Amino acid sequence: MATIAHGTPEIAAEEVNYLNVEHGWKSWLFTTDHKRIAVLYLISITLMFFLGGLMAVLFRINLLEPEGIFSAETYNRLFSMHGIIMVFFFLVPSIPATLANFLIPIMVGAKDLAFPRVNLLSWYIYVIGAFLTMYAVIRGGVDTGWTFYAPYSSTYSNSYVLAAAFGVFTAGFSSILTGLNFIVTVHKMRAPGMSWSRLPLFVWSNYATGLIQVLGTPVLAIVLLLLAFERIAHVGIFDPNIGGDPILFQHLFWFYSHPAVYIMILPGMGVISEIVSCFSRKRVFGYNFVAFSSMAIAVLSFVVWGHHMFLTGQSMYTSLAFSFLSMMVAVPSAIKVFNWTATMYKGSVSFDTPMLYAFGFIGLFTIGGLTGLHLATLGTDIALHGTYFIVAHFHYVMVGGMVMAFMGGLHFWWPKITGRMYPEAWSKFAALIVFVGFNLTFFPQFVLGYLGMPRRYHAYPPEFQALNVLSSAGASILGVGYLIPMIYMIWSLKKGPKVGPNPWGAAGLEWQIQSPPTTFNFDETPIVTEEAYNYGPLEEVIG
Amino acid sequence: MAETIAPIGHEVGAADTHLRHHFATPAQQMDAATLGMWTFLITEVLFFGGMFTAYAIYRGIYPAAFASTSEYMNVKIGATNTIVLICSSLTMAMAVRSAQLSKRASLIKYLIATMIFGTAFLVIKGFEYHAKWVEHLVPGFNFAFPEHPEFVHNAQILFFLYFCMTGMHALHMVVGLGLLSYLLIQGSRRVFHANYYAPVEMIGLYWHFVDIVWIFLFPLLYLIGHWHL
Amino acid sequence: MLASLMPLFADLPLLPERASSQAGDIDTLFWFITGICFVMTLLIFLGVVAFAYKYRRRENAHAVQIEGSNKLELTWSILPFLVMLVMFGWGADLYFKAQSPPKDAMEVFVTGKQWMWKIQYPDGAREINELHIPADQPVKLTMASEDVIHSFSVPALGVRHDVVPGHYDSVWFTADKPGRYHLFCTEYCGNQHSKMIGWVDVMEPREYAKWASGGAGGSLAEQGQQLFQQNGCSTCHQMEQQGRCPILKGVYNKPVQLNDGRTVIADDAYLRESILDANAKIVNGFEPNVMPNFKGQLSEENVIQLIAYIKSLSPAAPASQQGRPPTTTPSAASRAASRANTANPGQASSPVKQ
Repeated sequence: MATIAHGTPEIAAEEVNYLNVEHGWKSWLFTTDHKRIAVLYLISITLMFFLGGLMAVLFRINLLEPEGIFSAETYNRLFSMHGIIMVFFFLVPSIPATLANFLIPIMVGAKDLAFPRVNLLSWYIYVIGAFLTMYAVIRGGVDTGWTFYAPYSSTYSNSYVLAAAFGVFTAGFSSILTGLNFIVTVHKMRAPGMSWSRLPLFVWSNYATGLIQVLGTPVLAIVLLLLAFERIAHVGIFDPNIGGDPILFQHLFWFYSHPAVYIMILPGMGVISEIVSCFSRKRVFGYNFVAFSSMAIAVLSFVVWGHHMFLTGQSMYTSLAFSFLSMMVAVPSAIKVFNWTATMYKGSVSFDTPMLYAFGFIGLFTIGGLTGLHLATLGTDIALHGTYFIVAHFHYVMVGGMVMAFMGGLHFWWPKITGRMYPEAWSKFAALIVFVGFNLTFFPQFVLGYLGMPRRYHAYPPEFQALNVLSSAGASILGVGYLIPMIYMIWSLKKGPKVGPNPWGAAGLEWQIQSPPTTFNFDETPIVTEEAYNYGPLEEVIG
Repeated sequence: MAETIAPIGHEVGAADTHLRHHFATPAQQMDAATLGMWTFLITEVLFFGGMFTAYAIYRGIYPAAFASTSEYMNVKIGATNTIVLICSSLTMAMAVRSAQLSKRASLIKYLIATMIFGTAFLVIKGFEYHAKWVEHLVPGFNFAFPEHPEFVHNAQILFFLYFCMTGMHALHMVVGLGLLSYLLIQGSRRVFHANYYAPVEMIGLYWHFVDIVWIFLFPLLYLIGHWHL
Repeated sequence: MLASLMPLFADLPLLPERASSQAGDIDTLFWFITGICFVMTLLIFLGVVAFAYKYRRRENAHAVQIEGSNKLELTWSILPFLVMLVMFGWGADLYFKAQSPPKDAMEVFVTGKQWMWKIQYPDGAREINELHIPADQPVKLTMASEDVIHSFSVPALGVRHDVVPGHYDSVWFTADKPGRYHLFCTEYCGNQHSKMIGWVDVMEPREYAKWASGGAGGSLAEQGQQLFQQNGCSTCHQMEQQGRCPILKGVYNKPVQLNDGRTVIADDAYLRESILDANAKIVNGFEPNVMPNFKGQLSEENVIQLIAYIKSLSPAAPASQQGRPPTTTPSAASRAASRANTANPGQASSPVKQ
């Protein structure tokens, strides 16, 4: 399809689109256009991503030496801020607030999200949360880990816990508002003929994500509030010396934060469904099952949180139930992976950059997901809990999964967002670098964890050095892999070849409108008459 | 999506119904607003739910200590406030009805009544908080529990939850009063009528939700030690 | 570059040392799951590569539109689930075993504190960041935390459990291979978390007997008895006749009737709570508010000593025999003194706020 993309002749007269319809900073800061807000979000989360990444690079440098290179204080602050920034300020909003914000109204055939002003408000709230967190960073950081476990965070930590917790608390509301907007938009804003069974799978997965955001995030808000009160006034709610229960903090925290990992992966799964279908020129295999599995994940995600507490002394039978339910949640994830693979069967597969990222996603997410079984199994969790095995597991899912999907989706829809194509050769090269760098960084961590190296260690026994050096080397390659797209994407904004409405020859409403779209997306409300991923007729045309 | 979407374009009366550009019909706009409000209220349920969970767990662990606190709770004040809030819910419902019937004068009247009840609730709550401060029952600042020294720690957790839950509730009341003032201003400008009353209804839903939270708080916090009476 | 890395790999233990049957069992399950994961990954990988190659885009070759297949969907939902049930059952079995210590286990007490592990033996000996145990003998660790949540982890023994302040946690194991193994804290606990590490010394039973016979003086129960006197407990908890507080003789592990009608077993957790927060549970027939709260007055180590004393008042309790083979001569105190000095307790942290 790339041939079509690059072969498109320059469009003579500049069309009016959402980017050039207005100019000046006010037209951006006070916009209610979901596409402009998506761009604002994209810029914000990219900044946060590089900040969090910089911290990762620094603490990987520290781990080159068994005794550490920086002080323990510095190291602890680096990994804590890395976690907080990456989880709450990059991964959670990554795809929903950018790609989904841009695409969901278009995909369902609407002019905007249901509540455009709420959408803008959510970005403002996000920025305020980010500034609060930055304040904590500048004042000296926070050293509790992203999990803020009490009573360390409430009583013992001598760092800027309050500022960071308020930052996360605030950002949580932006996430709630995004989710709320998606739910209402999908329910109430669909164009005529766009039935639930015709929704693109990307919409399904973001709808499921919205449910989790709406139901989970308030609990995070309240637990952080309780933590703040405990820290300010020492009321004893998490302090065992006054009868408080520190495990209650973990229950409330993970009631949000386990579903939150599905906030961080479901939208990525949606992206992969779109990409695999487009570059196989085929309808997604088992559409109903893929759509339904998103909903199953959203529901099950709320009943597995206890697997973070297998070793805290909770009842054996509680652990038994949570272990079983954690196994259950693996089934819908597996269904998706099988269906993506089957989608390629008898397809017409091309290897454009988004598809390369999709391949990366399928491979790495499979490994990340399957190693979750080691941790859901009670017996092996004893050996692996709190080690680098966990770190490797969730980075395979979060970075190998979600960031890969984010990059894939960004490349896939870049021509739609900007109206220009990125350089093909460079992007393929970068995708390869990211894949290699990622595996070199995180695969050794599986081995380290199996050997027993605990996570969050500033210094470690010397026999673990070799694997740590490998991992740090991989991190530097990974860092380069993320910088290259950053550069060529910016370059392509001015110099990239212009593209028409549908450079990939893809199905879907978003490819039937001009690139970049106009402010209200559609001149006329579209009337949908066909299933999603209707590649049959498209294939005829091209053939 | 039940309703069919009419062709785009602002028909006569679009300004009256405050139809925003991205909705096809006023009915669609109203549907979206209603679903949005209910979704928001669900997040509020989860928000208060975290505190109710903490309450349930600690009450399970320390039943006697929690029961011992009820003699420090002023049931009369609590009951008065309950009645005040229920009245405010009634006037709020009447306000929504008035808007639906385009009765501007009675809309204003009922909105003002609701605000008076809401303010009364907060004033009474303020006196109650003051009394707690005088009695040294504010955890983290001046907590003392001389009559039941054996429960001093665990009762402190209850009083914290008391302040946390009623405080959050009061905060929601304050926000609600702000929203009502907005309705009052808009209402006096004749914005609301039978074809456009969504803000009144949405804020009404919010107000009822806040009332219902109190209906749960009152027995849990005030009546907890009186079950044996 | 690579050449300079080579020496690092020389030390790399690709198959970690395992020194207990429990660790071996977990390993077997680990490799079982890993094997299945490998097969699954390979399946997906081969599928992706094969389809991507075979159906790569070519001139005049169209994609064939396929809806899906319910049979296939059910197959790849149910089959993996059945395999996962095996993992679940197998893992649950190991987990239950790890949580059920045998009755005859030797008991050692562990207190976690920022940033060290304090070990107390029933004979009164104490160590920091070093745990000596005999091979081929079940050992049960009763663990408490003085401050934040820690996690006691010995990879070679297949042992890990969080140590949560406010209650007792326990693990047990039977080491079967003498040697020196890493002891880690695996729950982030603050600044020097990575320095909260130590060693577990598994010794031949005979060696251990020799090591354990180093000193003389107070056993854990005797230390507890001293505390019992010093803190004035004995004025009310009298030995033979009923004082203002319950007689503690023979109470350990026996049911106790409370004033609210419940009956509880006077186990370690109950005794700990009753010492630190006497009014939490009042024995039927006694007044509340007679005994002061000792929270903040007694350290977790003191509580362990007191409980050991109370246990020793029960004739059937095996506490006094635990921790030391019967042949040894008591000389723990001097040993304790010498050992306690070897480790640097580190800076105790006080709660600080920003």
